[in-house]
Amino acid sequence: MHELPITQSLLDITLRHANAAGATRVTQIRVKIGQLSSVVDDSVQFYWNIIAKDTCAQDAELVFDRIPAVFHCAACGHSAALQKAEDYRCPECGSPDLVLDGGEELYIESIEVE
Amino acid sequence: MNIPVVEQILFANNTLAEDLRRKLDAAGVFGINVMASPGAGKTTVITGTVERLLNRLKIGYVDGDIATSIDAERIAALDVPVVQINTGGNCHLDANMLAPAVDKLPLDDIDLMIVENVGNLICPANFQLGTHINVLVASVPEGDDKPYKYPTMYRGVDVLILNKVDLLPYIPFDVERFKHGVRVLSPNLKTFEVSSLHGDGMDAWVDWLAEQVAGER
Ligand SMILES: Nc1nc2c(ncn2[C@@H]2O[C@H](COP(=O)(O)OP(=O)(O)OP(=O)(O)O)[C@@H](O)[C@H]2O)c(=O)[nH]1
Ligand SMILES: [Mg+2]
Ligand SMILES: [Zn+2]
Repeated sequence: MHELPITQSLLDITLRHANAAGATRVTQIRVKIGQLSSVVDDSVQFYWNIIAKDTCAQDAELVFDRIPAVFHCAACGHSAALQKAEDYRCPECGSPDLVLDGGEELYIESIEVE
Repeated sequence: MNIPVVEQILFANNTLAEDLRRKLDAAGVFGINVMASPGAGKTTVITGTVERLLNRLKIGYVDGDIATSIDAERIAALDVPVVQINTGGNCHLDANMLAPAVDKLPLDDIDLMIVENVGNLICPANFQLGTHINVLVASVPEGDDKPYKYPTMYRGVDVLILNKVDLLPYIPFDVERFKHGVRVLSPNLKTFEVSSLHGDGMDAWVDWLAEQVAGER
């Protein structure tokens, strides 16, 4: 449900940049979504098909780049995607001493226009 | 042609949230955003908090609810100013919904603004409201695996209130497992274990909160 305002904002930003560039058609939008930002691609696409209709971006392909949340083990230095760490313990050495990095991204990287 | 954009999708919300924060700061109001899954005990925690602080602080309450005013009436019974936001089915509050509600509160006559977010463990985390702290209420019956299943919600939280600890004897819940999951996601988190129904642990939370409010004034 929170994907509706997110999709609306995605459309607003896209149209603003497309207009500023004098583009007549947006063909592709690259979106970075961190794994911890709980945004569902399909859901964004679903709303997009409805709200982008009759705009110059209605046929744009939405490309979602998923950015993993990565942990670093303070004990052995091992580093991997968070979902590899069962119960948030290092899969290499078993230490619970993990430091998290990234995964909260939610931004438009670029758009492709004609 | 490729146009590099690099723009936060929630930029508009974040900007509004920053405006709200400035407005609260200017009025000397400390704002807290209380989030939790439905029934975790947000309103009970808030009731206990307001009761304990009534003679020390002036409090305002904003209730985000999908359709009803049941919670707003519970808090209004304590004789504090209450503003109700019916989100009309929306599963979270955002800064745009909160702004007009804040304008209805007598900010100059308030020290602490408590916002009860819509009961939901997935959505509200994305939307900053401009409050000074985000408080997550988790409750024992939800299970100790929640930080592992809903990591988003436990990231970017400043305070965790583990509620319904009176039920620990009856429900399998490994407090250490739960707290470890939360600590990995939010290393600087402040945690309180309470039973908001019976009052255990509430004084520690309330005293800590009163200190934060004093820092704002
Ligand atoms: N055993 C026990 N029950 C509690 C405690 N705190 C709240 N409850 C009960 O949990 C239920 C839900 O409490 P609420 O305070 O309404 O929860 P809420 O999070 O505000 O619920 P929504 O606003 O509907 O999402 C009520 O029946 C409370 O009496 C507690 O510390 N222990
Ligand atoms: Mg409630
Ligand atoms: Zn390790």
